[in-house]
Amino acid sequence: MVDVALQSSRTATAQAGRKRAGLRNALRRKSMSAFLMTLPLILLIAVLVIYPALYSLHLATLNKAMTKFVGFGNFEFLFKRETFWLVVKQSCIFAISAVVFKALIGFIVAHFVHNVPANKQRKWRGMLLVPWVIPPAMSTLAWLWLFDPSYSAFNYTLSFFGLGPIPWTGDAMWARFSVILVNVWYGAPFFMIMYLAALKSVPEQLYEAAAIDGANWWQRIWYVTLPMMRNIIAITTLFSLIVTFANFDIVRILTAGGPLDHTHIFATWAFRVGIEGSDIPLGASVSLFMVPILAVAAIFILRDITKRGNES
Amino acid sequence: MADVSLRKVVKRYDEVEAVRGIDLDIADHEFVVLVGPSGCGKSTTLRMIAGLEDISDGDIMIGGDVVNDVPPKDRDIAMVFQNYALYPHMTVAENMSFGLRLKHYPKAEIKSRVTEAARMLDITDLIDRKPKQLSGGQRQRVAMGRAIVRNPKVFLFDEPLSNLDAKLRVQMRIEIKKVHQKVRTTTVYVTHDQVEAMTLADRVVVMNHGRIEQIGTPNELYHKPATRFVASFIGSPAMNFVPCRLEDVGGKLNVRLTDRLSFPLPPARAARYQGLSRTDKLLLGLRPEHVMEARPHAEPGIEPFDAVLDVTEPMGMETLVYFTLEGSQLCGRVNPNAGAQDGSPLRLAVDLNNMHLLNEVTGAVL
Amino acid sequence: MSTVTIDKSGPTRKVKYGSMSRDRTWALRWSYFFLTLFAIFSLVPPFYMLITSLKSSAEISAATNPWWVYHPTLSNYVELLTSNQFLRFFWNSAWVSIIVVTITMLISVPAAFALARMKFWGSATLATGVFLTYLIPDSLLFIPLFKMFAVFGDWTGIQLVNRWYVLLFIYPTLTVPFCTWIMIGYFASIPKELDEAAIIDGASWFQTLTRIFIPVALPGLIAATIFAFTVSWAQFLYPLVFTTSTDQLVLPVGIITTLIKGDVFNWGQIMTGALLGAAPPLIIYAFLMDYYIAGLTAGATKG
Repeated sequence: MVDVALQSSRTATAQAGRKRAGLRNALRRKSMSAFLMTLPLILLIAVLVIYPALYSLHLATLNKAMTKFVGFGNFEFLFKRETFWLVVKQSCIFAISAVVFKALIGFIVAHFVHNVPANKQRKWRGMLLVPWVIPPAMSTLAWLWLFDPSYSAFNYTLSFFGLGPIPWTGDAMWARFSVILVNVWYGAPFFMIMYLAALKSVPEQLYEAAAIDGANWWQRIWYVTLPMMRNIIAITTLFSLIVTFANFDIVRILTAGGPLDHTHIFATWAFRVGIEGSDIPLGASVSLFMVPILAVAAIFILRDITKRGNES
Repeated sequence: MADVSLRKVVKRYDEVEAVRGIDLDIADHEFVVLVGPSGCGKSTTLRMIAGLEDISDGDIMIGGDVVNDVPPKDRDIAMVFQNYALYPHMTVAENMSFGLRLKHYPKAEIKSRVTEAARMLDITDLIDRKPKQLSGGQRQRVAMGRAIVRNPKVFLFDEPLSNLDAKLRVQMRIEIKKVHQKVRTTTVYVTHDQVEAMTLADRVVVMNHGRIEQIGTPNELYHKPATRFVASFIGSPAMNFVPCRLEDVGGKLNVRLTDRLSFPLPPARAARYQGLSRTDKLLLGLRPEHVMEARPHAEPGIEPFDAVLDVTEPMGMETLVYFTLEGSQLCGRVNPNAGAQDGSPLRLAVDLNNMHLLNEVTGAVL
Repeated sequence: MSTVTIDKSGPTRKVKYGSMSRDRTWALRWSYFFLTLFAIFSLVPPFYMLITSLKSSAEISAATNPWWVYHPTLSNYVELLTSNQFLRFFWNSAWVSIIVVTITMLISVPAAFALARMKFWGSATLATGVFLTYLIPDSLLFIPLFKMFAVFGDWTGIQLVNRWYVLLFIYPTLTVPFCTWIMIGYFASIPKELDEAAIIDGASWFQTLTRIFIPVALPGLIAATIFAFTVSWAQFLYPLVFTTSTDQLVLPVGIITTLIKGDVFNWGQIMTGALLGAAPPLIIYAFLMDYYIAGLTAGATKG
């Protein structure tokens, strides 16, 4: 009480100008402490994300021994190599087909889970999300063992139907199929869970209104479900496109890029060239080729986020 | 306990002035209600008193001390929010005692204050529950309890009842009044509901467009509004306004509403309005209760006329009748036995002893 | 009008109701059928890990029915859990994950609070920047980061490459942006009146954070913690690049580099190791599934 009285009598005698200055100080203090609270975050991003990103641009312009500036030399070298174009092609095939199948399977499974009575959904959801929970490096080992050339449990099963044996990781086409299959297995649950959350957020009355308006099952999906989920579908697909395009674990463990570099994607080839081959500038150049597609996806995601920010 | 004073208080957001120089003196123990439509600056004013908004100009004093730069926690105020703002992870008791615990009050004192407040608000049984387990009315009580235990100089209420249903709102209104009678803490209460303002306040402050329109007791505001805004804002159904002008008919002052309708003014009113210009565009303000069914015998100042009713609303103890007079929609209150029916004619009367005359251009009550 | 329609459609309606409920029953049966198929597809690899982990090397190479264990044995588990090397991997993983989670929370929570509540110059841009950082994948940064730490070692003499604790610097680049982003979402959903009430009650900014925001946003905090832990535990590329000595390896890299010796695959042990490596995230998932899923969906639905 005395404190307050003292303080306020001081303020009372102060001029208006000083009063405003006091307020500005308070605002500055608040701003300052907010800044300090975000400082570790800013430092982390600046030093360990932005700096290395720019540094890789620099690295990409050096020769193998990193002693000489070669400009676009690394890129010119890459463009002349057949393997590089193989990697570009395989990266696109891998990312696009994996994302499409993940999205489709996720959408279908989410519908099935949504159909089931609410009290049983938890159990199904719990089982179906397991592939996403297991560290991909660990689960890919299981797939590697399932695909084993001599002991493949799949080929064992197929032999009963008179099929196979299939060279899961030995033949270029099958190996491409296998890495996509494993990626779909790993990533589809993520789509499922996102779509399920989106499905649950569609108000039941909309379906009832559509049913009263005479919409059949297909029309309800087309005119109610899909428009309501459009946002989530778009953002999940873009997220997944980024992650799949930049995938490393599955291809590395399953095929290590083989056979004959036919399953290499940017990340695994950059690792092979840059770390295993000790040509860091060339590796950096390879991974930089991921940037354009990542940037496009990121811009679309950002647009969606800011749009929603403005709406709310 | 303390008085609160606002001196030329201004709040600017960038270029927009939300509050445009308010002067207000609130006495110790007084219950003052700030009322007005949304966006009138009433909440901003309250938040400036609380210290949640800094003031752009002017002074705010609590207990005689200027508190412009005093942070909210040192202003010794307590606030009840519209959505209660109870801490969801704390029990009722913890919610009420949070402020005291932050100030390191002794445990025994905290406990006795909480118990006392809980008893006053009749929430003793709920003391260990979480807000989620409480009904809207109970949450409201807890929010008030949180204010009471602090024993502050000033209570601030920011539309505390607007999330409650109509029935509960009436009940809580009485509750708030009872609490104020017991603790006698200076209270500033913001609402957009004029009924709440009228029933709770010692004095009502009517605000519009960031300015104070009028300050007065509920009865003053009702019977002697200073402006058209106050006249139309206070009272439900709202006051009727009919364009009119004054004229002299045979040495007596008349108010002419239409070509066919002109009423002589009763002597007291005639004397009051004598000096006004006969050409000014004026508005006749009449509360619905002063537009009633015509009586069989003449009374001074009560002037009959015929009307065709558009719509009637039987309310039980009275019937509201709506009719059109030269383009103005009017509302009257008649006896339920007066035979008012939708679309039928009825002979009505106006009570000019309780009339108001307003300047149509400035809106000032003359 | 209405009575007429009811009269006319009375009998047909009855039939329709019947067919509708029959439709629904069939839809439900089909749903269960396909869900079962998908569940089998989902669970085959982990099931196969378990089956194989219970087999002896002899049984594996005998090429009996791969889907069944005829002579279950725990020898693979005993061998791994008594191997100092494997325990070393496990502890490295555990330490790295726990410390990274702590660092992540210490950075993310105050930053998210400041970004959600204390508007300051550039705060909106920073929030967007945090989100963009989350979109930058590990496979874009591993080469420059590796070179950066090597150069750092040459300059300062502080050698971080091939030390398990180098991961403590690197993993937060994966965890902090996402955790900050979802905590911003959780904090922003707390009504403004709550912190105003706290301010009036006399709480400082710090007290508002610790005594109001953190308890109220606890589900979000748990979800973020789980996310940070699982990401740290599962990360494969960075430790593969940064650590090579066997005593510095974390579990995923350890299993792959030490249990696979040349072309010799000891599948019983590999599957056992993989299962043990998958166990901590699976256990967390089993007990905290709702938080896990909340964290998963928060990235796109919050904010």
